[in-house]
This record gives sequence, C-alpha cells and structure tokens, in this order.
Amino acid sequence: MALSFIDGNEAIARAAVRAGCRFFSGYPITPATTIYQQMLKLLPPLKGVCLQGEDEIASIGFCLGASMAGLKAMTATSGPGISLYSEQISFALSGEIPLVIVDVQRLGPSTGSATKGADGDIQFLRWGSSGGLPVVVLAPVDVRDCYILTMHAFNLAEQYRCPVFIASNKEIGMTRESIEIDSLDTPDLLTRKYCPEDQPYLPFQVPPGTMIPPFLPIGGSRLVRQTSSTHDPEGYITADTDIIGQVIERLDKKLVTNVDTFTFFEFDSDPDAETLLLVYGVTARAAKTAVEQMRKGGKAISLLILKTLYPVPEDFIKQCINEVKRVVVVEMNLGQYVREIERLAESQHVSHFGKMDGELISPELIQQVIAL
Amino acid sequence: MTTLLNIQRPPVFCPGCSHERVVRTLDDALQRLGLNGEQIVIVTDIGCAGLFDTFFNTHAFHGLHGRALTYATGLKMADPELTVITIMGDGGLGIGGAHVLSSCRRNLDINLLILNNFNYGMTGGQCSVTTPVEAWTSSGFLNQLEPPLDICRIGKAAGAPWVGRLMATDRELSSRIQEAVVYRGFSMIDIWGMCPGRFGKRNKISLKQIEQEMSLLPEAEGRVSANERLEFGGHYRSLAAQLQCADPVGRIDCKFSPPVSSRCDILLLGAAGQRINTAGEILCLSAMSAGMHVTQKSDYPITVLRGHSVSEVVLSRSPVGYTGIIKPNIVIALSAEGVARRKKVFSLLDEDSLVIMADNLEIPKNNARTIEIDFKALGVPSSEWALVSLSMLAADGFPITEEMLQAGLASRFADR
Ligand code: SF4
Repeated sequence: MALSFIDGNEAIARAAVRAGCRFFSGYPITPATTIYQQMLKLLPPLKGVCLQGEDEIASIGFCLGASMAGLKAMTATSGPGISLYSEQISFALSGEIPLVIVDVQRLGPSTGSATKGADGDIQFLRWGSSGGLPVVVLAPVDVRDCYILTMHAFNLAEQYRCPVFIASNKEIGMTRESIEIDSLDTPDLLTRKYCPEDQPYLPFQVPPGTMIPPFLPIGGSRLVRQTSSTHDPEGYITADTDIIGQVIERLDKKLVTNVDTFTFFEFDSDPDAETLLLVYGVTARAAKTAVEQMRKGGKAISLLILKTLYPVPEDFIKQCINEVKRVVVVEMNLGQYVREIERLAESQHVSHFGKMDGELISPELIQQVIAL
Repeated sequence: MTTLLNIQRPPVFCPGCSHERVVRTLDDALQRLGLNGEQIVIVTDIGCAGLFDTFFNTHAFHGLHGRALTYATGLKMADPELTVITIMGDGGLGIGGAHVLSSCRRNLDINLLILNNFNYGMTGGQCSVTTPVEAWTSSGFLNQLEPPLDICRIGKAAGAPWVGRLMATDRELSSRIQEAVVYRGFSMIDIWGMCPGRFGKRNKISLKQIEQEMSLLPEAEGRVSANERLEFGGHYRSLAAQLQCADPVGRIDCKFSPPVSSRCDILLLGAAGQRINTAGEILCLSAMSAGMHVTQKSDYPITVLRGHSVSEVVLSRSPVGYTGIIKPNIVIALSAEGVARRKKVFSLLDEDSLVIMADNLEIPKNNARTIEIDFKALGVPSSEWALVSLSMLAADGFPITEEMLQAGLASRFADR
C-alpha cells in the first residue's frame, strides 16, 4: 500500500484533470486559490489552458466560452466570488453549458474571514442565480470525496449540460490528509453527447424521449448558436410563451427527475435508532466520531451523510427519515439545509444545530445536541 | 462571394439606425476575407447591438451585458483557429470596462466592434459612458456631470495594438474591419453612428455633426506600433510548450507497524521561520510510512515572515473523523506567538499529555509531563527546533519511531 498526502484543493485539481478538464480559469481568493495554482501546474503542459481572469465575472465567462468550444471546463472560488459569478451561472443554466464550479466556502457574510471555514453558501448555491432553476450541488466530506465527487461533477455537467457545484469548505480544501488514490472508487468518464453527423442540428432541439439537447462545439463544421435569452430550438430569442414554458420545464425536470441516479451519500442505519443525525460536508467527520462514541455508550443512532445536496434527493431522504422519530440536522451555518428536511418530514420531529464562528462543530457538541 | 447574412432574419432595427449599415458592412468585410460562417463566431451582449449575431449565418454566442469579451476570450483560447468577432454597444463598453481594458492589455487575437451611439437605445435612451455632456438623454441632468470617455485613447493606453475609429457610414469601414480582423492580436474599432429611435429623438443632430465631433478627437488609424507585441494565445502556447508535466501525486510506502494504538493529536506552536508547517508535514509522512491515517491543518497569518505558525496534526490507526484538536496528546511549544494563539488548550492537559518546549519559553500552567530543550546550548538555529523536537519524539518511540521519521524525511526531501 502507498499513501499520498494532499489537501482537498489539490484533490479537486488532480481529479479534474483526470476527468478530462482542459480549461480552467479563476481569480485568486483564499481559500480556493490553491486549486488555481494546481491547475496552473497541471494544465499547460497537457496543452490545456489555465487563465487568471481580471475578475471573477471574467473567469467564469472564459469558462463558458471554452466549454462551448467543446472543452471540459472548471472554475473555483469562494463566497465573494460566487456572488460575482451569479449572472454567469444563470447563463450556464439556461444555455445548458457544462461547467464545474468549486466553492471552497469560507466564513461569511461578505468578505467575512478568509481563512475560516463555514457551510454558509449552501442555499446560496441553490438559489443564487436569477430564475431559480435547479442546479447540482455536491458536498464532499474529506479529501477522498473531493477527488471522487469532482470526477462525478464533470460527468454530471457533461451528461446533463449544466453547471455543477462542488460545495467544499476551507476545512476540507486546506486540510491535508492521507489518501490511497489507487483504491478510490472513481467513476468511468462521460462526455457530452454530440449530435450525430447524419442528423440535422438545432442547438436546443431535444430528441424525442430525452431531456438533453445534443452538443456541437462552436467553431465546428456545423453552425451553433448559444444564447442567454429565452430561446427556441434553433437558439433564436423567442417570445413564444409555449416554447419558453416547455424549455423552462425541461431545465427543471432534467435534473429533478434524475436525482436518484446521482444521489451520493453514506447511510449508517441502526434499526433500533429513534434518532437520525443528518449532516453534510466537513461536519460529517465530527458526526462519525460522535456516533461512534454514542454507540459505544449504548445509544442507538443512525447517521445520514448527504453528498448530493441539490436537487434535493427527496424520495431518498424521506426513506431514511421514515425509519426514525426524530431527525437532528447539524450544519456549519444558522439553519440552511434543515429547511429541506423540515419540508420533507411528516411525523418526524426535526431539530437543528448550527453555528458560524469559524470553528468546526465538535463531536462533543453533536453529542450534547442529540442528548437534548 | 456569398453573403453571410441570414436571409430568414433581416435586421429589425428602427428606421435609419446605423446598426443596420454596420451589419451590411460587416457582411461585406467577412465575404471579402473569404471566410465561411463556420470559421467565424459573432459574440454579442445585451442592447440593440446584441441582436447582431442573429442576422448572420455564423456561429453565435449571445450573452450577458458587457461580458461578451469574456466569452470571446474563452472561445479563442479553446479554439485558436476560430475568427472571433465581438460586438458591443457603448452600454456594454461601460459595464464591461474591466474586460475591455484587460483585452487591450492581453492582446488575444479577437476583434471588438463597438457600436457607439452615445446612449442606451434598447432601454429608452439613458446616458452611457460616451454621451456628450450637452446631449439630452432620458437620464435627466446626469450626463452633464460626467464627460464622455474616448475609448480609443483608453485602448491605446491599455496596450491595444490595433485601434480604429470610423463613422458607421464611412466608405472605408469594410476595409478597416478586414484589416482589424486579419490583424494578429487584439483589435478594436469605435464605430460612431446614429440612434434615431432614442438619441436622435431628443437631439437634433445629424451624422455630419457627429462626424464633426469625431474630427475633434485624436485619430485612431489602426496599428499602434508602440503596442505591437506577441499575440497572447500564441505566446501562451509557446511558453506552455516549454513546461514539464507536473509530478504525479507523491506516494509513500507503508512498511512499518504503527506504534500508536488509537488516535494521537499533536499541536505544534511556533512562529514564522520555524518551519512548523514542514515539521507537521514530516510528522504526517512519518506516520503514513506505518500506514496510519493523518490530517494536518495549518494556521498562520496572511502576511509572511512574521507572526504565529501553528500546525495541528492528527495521527490515527483508523480513519480520522473530526480534524479539530480539543485536548492534544502532545504539544510542541517553540514560540510565544504560537503559544498565545492556543493558550486555552494548556488548562486541558493532564498527566498523560506531553509538552516539548523551548526552555526559555513561558507557557500557561498545566499538568502535562514536560520536556524542556535548551536549543541554544545544543547550537541549533530556531528554524531547526521543530525538527529536533520530532527527533525527540522518535527517540521516545511515540507516536513515531526513528525509522518512520527517516522515511518521512526521505519522502519530504526526496527531490532535494
Ligand atoms: S433604439 Fe436606437 S440603436 Fe436601437 S434599433 Fe432603434 S435606433 Fe437603433
């Protein structure tokens, strides 16, 4: 056995390159900067492109252009940068432009604390673009997840032609950890589906029985139109409300109805448990420790670690919470993902613990919360 | 020559709008260059000029207000063969100013046509960054407060190697566009025209008068020799071609058996220059040589060469859960700055805890077993104190052994 010692940010960069990412652009921001630094080492020798934009808006804009030219693209930032990405995120969403966006979350609000962690952007990632259509948000727990989920993120972005977020955290991105890369269960790589040569191409035409328009690159031998405006299958702006409505519905459905196929999680269920501890992100590490200690003390408890946060895997979560009487959601914010659980819970009592002071939530604190 | 115009979608501008003239001139220029639609992308943003891409049978990329150059940059870097033509109005010029400046400075081979009609036509004639102070706009008196900017002067100052300014009606426009498109580098043309729908309604001004205004400005006639230099994309690729592939992720073989039965939390408290972070890393690598799971977090100020440096290391036989350290098993205390950063922790230490410290250091009262080291007497410089402390641990055989430390050092300094 051989172990490697890398942090979450390096794991994301390495996995991105392995997933076929050949375009990265970013703007320096703690604690995401080292993803950019890594990509700068990795991509240019592979004939890939790594750029530093004049600001975050440019950085993600470069990615949108490169993705439409056919490259797998990624950008990385933290809360203040996600704020600036917003208009371009909604473009990626409506223009169905594959893109992986890493948010190495730091303590907000605003410029907050650059070197302190938080999970304060979770609802912002989901709702922080105009129009409010769904996005994919994957939440790694540790360095291993950073590696594996980044590869999944590229697959999802390609497969569904959409922006995919990796909701990391300073406490993962800048924590170095031992990891056995060879033993990781990495997915096979997917690439966006191209329109076959013998079929006519309309950029937003969806073949019957599917929900994703086939791709062709701008610059290829057949003309491609991309637009941020409401569009018809040809990619021209349209005011036809029937067409607009159909496209919006499809953009919603293509992710929401398929989330079961990309629900990542760890569910450690105890059939005797009346309480389910539900966590995501770095808090899951403390939760595992807490659960282990509680079980040693004879307490039955179940643990659900969610790694696909959005679209909310509703059926799956309902299944898990139906096993218990009480759900305790613990997260590094003042109550964001708990809102999803509250709306899914039927008879279960949902309680919440969260804090935002730049410190990790400890296993002891979790035990105290559960004992309440 | 065949037109690149999209016959099914003729221009839909207000009667007399200069944009229409530019659409036809651009078509003429592209035809004369012998380009097919498949070789070209027209990148646009928001506003009346943002409709341009729909009138052409070329690749099209229509995006957000002022951001056209950002997409153009990504497209051109991803596909260097592509002819990238970016169209913006004076509105986009204002809101996307940072991208215009950066594009001038970057010198990527894209072409920018600024359709400058001195106001926001689509939203009802508000003032823009190019509105004259004496003009009437729907922004009331606000345009009297800010003089118009001369984008050609700015472009030259920002490093654009090809800058032109012409009237939309100028007979030369087609040939200048051709020159600009062919030019290998960033080129931009400030094209002045009339917006009869909005600007012309309030301002009784003719194209002749606009031309008159233009003649008062310094000329912009294409190449700016002082700014001519390597094109960004080609330059990027030639520099990138000289780079070696990055090393694969380092690996350390697990060959020893761990001397730790469960989890061991170690806090290294020092100052900048004491190589605290490096010592933490070596500690981790050493533990990994015995197949242990490790995590390391560092805490130091953004500024360099001064202040605290703290490293938190967790070593464990089973996967590490919580990565925080509440009650460390071992504290290595080497400077007052580091100790001050974690002073709360000392009261939690008990007889099972170990403190290795510099002998002259003051630390909060605690119950730990303490080893004081007189580094000065040993003749060891402060940058080596942390490493010496590690060898103390290794000599003790907990939580790493001598052979593990050797393996850790070998791995850390493999390339030196
Ligand atoms: S509003 Fe002005 S710029 Fe827009 S189409 Fe009409 S005349 Fe042209």
